[in-house]
Amino acid sequence: MADGERAHAARSDPVGAGAPRRRRRVGGGRAPGDPRNIGWLYVLPGLLFYVLFTLAPLLHTVYYSFFSWDGLTEKTWVGLANYSEALRDDVLLDSFVHSAVLIVYYAVLPVIIGLGLTAALTRTAIRGFRFFRTTLFLPQLIAGVVVAQAWTWIYASEGPLNRALELVGLGSLARPWLGDFTWALPSIGAIGSWVTFGLCMVLFIAGVQKIPTSLYDAARVDGAGAVREFFVVTLPGLRNEILVAFVLTTINALRSFDIVYNTTAGGPGGETIVPSMYMYQNAFLYNRVGYAAAIATVLAVAIFVLAGIVLRVGDRSERT
Amino acid sequence: MLGTFTLLAVYPVLSILFLALHRKTDLVTGFALPTRLDLSSFEAAWTEGNFATGFKSSFIVAAAVTAASAVLSIGTGYAFGTMRFAGDRIVFPIILLGIIFPYEATVIPLYYDFQDVPLLHWNLLNTYWALILPQIGQSVAFGTFWMRAFFRSTPRSLIEAARIDGATSFGVLWRVLLPQAMPAVLTMSVLVFTYTWNEFLLALVLVSGSESHQTAPLGLSFFAGAARASDPTKVAAAAVLVALPIVLVYLFLQRHFVRGMLAGAIKE
Repeated sequence: MADGERAHAARSDPVGAGAPRRRRRVGGGRAPGDPRNIGWLYVLPGLLFYVLFTLAPLLHTVYYSFFSWDGLTEKTWVGLANYSEALRDDVLLDSFVHSAVLIVYYAVLPVIIGLGLTAALTRTAIRGFRFFRTTLFLPQLIAGVVVAQAWTWIYASEGPLNRALELVGLGSLARPWLGDFTWALPSIGAIGSWVTFGLCMVLFIAGVQKIPTSLYDAARVDGAGAVREFFVVTLPGLRNEILVAFVLTTINALRSFDIVYNTTAGGPGGETIVPSMYMYQNAFLYNRVGYAAAIATVLAVAIFVLAGIVLRVGDRSERT
Repeated sequence: MLGTFTLLAVYPVLSILFLALHRKTDLVTGFALPTRLDLSSFEAAWTEGNFATGFKSSFIVAAAVTAASAVLSIGTGYAFGTMRFAGDRIVFPIILLGIIFPYEATVIPLYYDFQDVPLLHWNLLNTYWALILPQIGQSVAFGTFWMRAFFRSTPRSLIEAARIDGATSFGVLWRVLLPQAMPAVLTMSVLVFTYTWNEFLLALVLVSGSESHQTAPLGLSFFAGAARASDPTKVAAAAVLVALPIVLVYLFLQRHFVRGMLAGAIKE
């Protein structure tokens, strides 16, 4: 939360939310803006939808994960059996390894590329930034299914990528990328990089513009070169943006269902299977609902934990 | 250098557009630079992929989700942004969780519970409701966060003055705050509409049994599976069609997209 906002909160809440409840008198003598339980009236309808259709289903998933169930006949309680099976399931392990690889492509690379470009652009005035911003942002807004179709064509045997390789004399490298056991996963990863790097760039460039120029001037007076200036001024100044970029792109990588389903569907030979895909297969193709629920639970925990870690690390680096 | 990356960002979009401007008999390979404006693949894709239905479903679902979540989020945002009430500091973080929420983990029970809604015993599977209700729930999280940030930024004096004049809490919202909130509401709506239009997994799980309720992305996925081997130009045309509404909205309202996604990402 920005400091300004925090100050605002303090002003609008003179009593302080921590104040004992009984000090509040209902009715007169109360300044406007004081505690008003009428707030619940405005919150309840939205909260109801949120709880009914997101929180409750998540808990319901956890509940299913303790059963063996084919989706049709009676459920049988199996305790933690689904989880102990998950620990021994090589396909599930693979799927999380693939996710880790995808995080490199979806999150780490775009952030690094974005930072590099931002650094290169810091000292120059960008002409036509709005045009660049418009195009760089575009991949974010296109449906995953459409993105998958576009890249399936790019990677196709007779598609543009192989054609480009032939043109520069690297025709021996040409292959059906998404059908290649070694290259399918990196190929999907590259799609992810393409989707997320524009977001990172725009985030960082917008962030740099908020860093006071006096900091740059001071660094230059101290004789800092471009590199030092980047590490001393730009990088710390972009702390929030980097954090946000990491959280968003990492979650993107872990979810990544639409693109995988519509390019390789987990193939070839399970080389690109990801947890959400494996969950889908177990729940709706193999009729192993309880096990699928256990996978979903593990995935949910992984997402919450990773987001928590990134935010935690960011929090700590702020204090030091 | 920025130019290179910008080109990288648009090329995949252009390449599928180029492919779509051909027809099957062109036997396109490589870069497929179009030599003429040939829209026949679009026509074929539109009818063969049944996209009139897909677009209708997607519009109904996206419009309903956008409208409902806007109304709900204005309410929640107003309360969290301008009022203190018992429990607000517990409930708000829980709603905020929705922004990083793993929605994939909710589809399994949604599928079984919509088949036979608890207590009511309705079957909502393969209806618009199965897509609308969960996505309202998902959108309220971002909406609350976004509208709260807006309402917090409005001057307190405005609200206080109205209250002293005897306005009810609803009067303050309706007559004083909402007229100013319209740009923020538009930004939120544009984003929610986009996310809902693009959604895939819920549609795949909850309405793939009914052809007349399939959304445009789901229709595209099925069409691609059936037609890609025989005619990639038609699949490309279908993909362009599905992306088109959002790209058009983006070209006209791009400031709202960028502001929503950046500010939404950074504020807290």
